[in-house]
Amino acid sequence: MPTNTIDNRTFTVNAEGFFTNRDEWSEELAAILAELIGIDEMTEEHWAPLRFMREDSAKTGVTPTLRRMQAVGGFDVKHLFALYPGKPAKKMAYLAGLPKPVGCV
Amino acid sequence: MRSLPDGFILPDFGATAARPTSTAAPEAAGEAAGPAYSGPRKLSLICSKGNLDMAYPGLILGNAAAGEGIETHIFFTFWGLDIVNKKTNAKLKFTMLGNTAMHMADLGAIRPGLEHKSMPQVMGQLPGMTSIATKMMKKQMADLEIPDVPEFLDLLQAAGVHMYACKLSFDMMKMIEADLHPAVEGVISAADFIEISEGAQTIFI
Repeated sequence: MPTNTIDNRTFTVNAEGFFTNRDEWSEELAAILAELIGIDEMTEEHWAPLRFMREDSAKTGVTPTLRRMQAVGGFDVKHLFALYPGKPAKKMAYLAGLPKPVGCV
Repeated sequence: MRSLPDGFILPDFGATAARPTSTAAPEAAGEAAGPAYSGPRKLSLICSKGNLDMAYPGLILGNAAAGEGIETHIFFTFWGLDIVNKKTNAKLKFTMLGNTAMHMADLGAIRPGLEHKSMPQVMGQLPGMTSIATKMMKKQMADLEIPDVPEFLDLLQAAGVHMYACKLSFDMMKMIEADLHPAVEGVISAADFIEISEGAQTIFI
């Protein structure tokens, strides 16, 4: 398994670069990684969906999709696209220290 | 934005993400969005069917594409207009008739192998069969947490998918604007859609 190291923090990743061990994640690390994917400042609004994702995936074992974030988490999809432009589900999964979502919807 | 440390593997998040500082690696090595591309990736979907089972492929693909940051346009034409007609889109139906792939996973519990047996076409003609089949399909979709059609359109709109109704079909079906789901941006001609689709991968459903 490859590892990524940034600012003296090391975590294992899969071939694509996603976390393979959610316990190697921390909010400090997520804030550093956010800069790498074009999110300059992590506000409370950015953190809320990430916390939901971690809680939800701890229960279900899979990373929630955007649809689940809307239906179960009560998040507004349009707002998530605004917070994490481009590929919101993947960006959020990455910053939450989770595998990329595999659900179709 | 900061640049990537040496050996750091970052998933592909498109143009907004950090790039390695070293210019040593040539772009030619399988870079999908190489210099040959003149614009960002686009997807055009043409939904032409109004059966429940034919409504979902376009909606699911459109949602997936939007979630990947791809500019997505959906053109609803002919029977596909029923997907965006508020009077019909909550009541799209699924029929077994003409579908030779009609077999049920649950039947395997009765006798192994039965889950792969195609059902006799004549069953589909029995009164009430279409509504039973429709109910079953809707339940299966709901079990997989897939929204129903009107809600799916809301989801697509929130995800930034552009949707249009076909002018010719709209006139032919004698539809009125008030019946269109609010996510539909306009009633446009085929030529308009061809223009919008410039540079897009186009899928006809």
